[in-house]
Amino acid sequence: MRILFAVLLMALVTYIPRVLPIVLFRKEIQSRFIKSFLYYVPFSVLGALTFPDIFYSTGDFKTALAGTLVALVLAYLGKSLVVVAIGAILTVFISGFIF
Amino acid sequence: MKKYLPQKDDFIYGWKKGIPIALGYIPVSFTFGLMAVSGGLSPWIAAFISLSNLTSAGQFAGTNLILAGSGYLEIALTTFIINIRYMLMSLSLSQKIDSKISIPQRLLFGFGITDETFSVASMEKGTLSYSYMMGLIAGPILGWTFGTALGAFISSALPQSLAGAMGIALYAMFIAIIVPPSKNSRPVFWIVLISVGIIIILKYIPLFHFISSGFRVIIATVLGAGIGAFLWPVQCTPDDEKGEKR
Repeated sequence: MRILFAVLLMALVTYIPRVLPIVLFRKEIQSRFIKSFLYYVPFSVLGALTFPDIFYSTGDFKTALAGTLVALVLAYLGKSLVVVAIGAILTVFISGFIF
Repeated sequence: MKKYLPQKDDFIYGWKKGIPIALGYIPVSFTFGLMAVSGGLSPWIAAFISLSNLTSAGQFAGTNLILAGSGYLEIALTTFIINIRYMLMSLSLSQKIDSKISIPQRLLFGFGITDETFSVASMEKGTLSYSYMMGLIAGPILGWTFGTALGAFISSALPQSLAGAMGIALYAMFIAIIVPPSKNSRPVFWIVLISVGIIIILKYIPLFHFISSGFRVIIATVLGAGIGAFLWPVQCTPDDEKGEKR
């Protein structure tokens, strides 16, 4: 019950930012600071979520480091989400046999 | 009721545009299903989280907090802060959709705004219809939920080494999202570094150990984006910004 309530709460706070602007704001936000802040949020949040947690994501620091490096290189080369994700998974999987 | 049924042609066009997104969601949502079940949730709850939340970072973080036994406030705040980015996308789409789309219709298709559906929708030429938006979001909703269910139900059948390796999938997807813009924009590169620097300080310096993991993400995000907005205010219009993101 506690879990279900928490899940519904998560769904609500995910839904609100999606629909609030599209329903309320017919005009553009004027504040340059708020616009800039909103523009930068995806990068700061994804950065903070990825590092350093990615190094703990596989249960072994060495395989996680190998997977991270491969993901960084593939992403730098402009590969798609799926290629980067599968490349990192395979690197971790294979390096698990080596280390 | 009839006005909520989408027009066939626009719906099918949108549906086709959503298929590649749906396929890309499967490996990542599969990992979410694995993670949720190995943490102790039932496969049905895992699939329901994906169906009702339809988001990557927010639901991964929120679910981790549920599994860690965190309080409602921390769960709600963390998820909300991670999902604030949707406000910008929603705002940008509000300028691009047909102004005749009613509020109930907006409340319906707004559910399906994700980083990826937003990218595809904003690349379309001209105004976007309600039917197109419904078609576009249908496939990704199915793919995200189906991938989660797949991962959740077969988790026990998967070899441990492969399941462990899949733990990196979500982070690899984040890297795929943040690296290209960091390469093209110096402010974005520095903001990522600043946010990572802040979270590392909060995580490893004992003085800050009273701050829980969800609040660490919130503090690092707000400070990172705030410092960025202060140092490098965006001067271009939202449309130019989107060009920079890609």
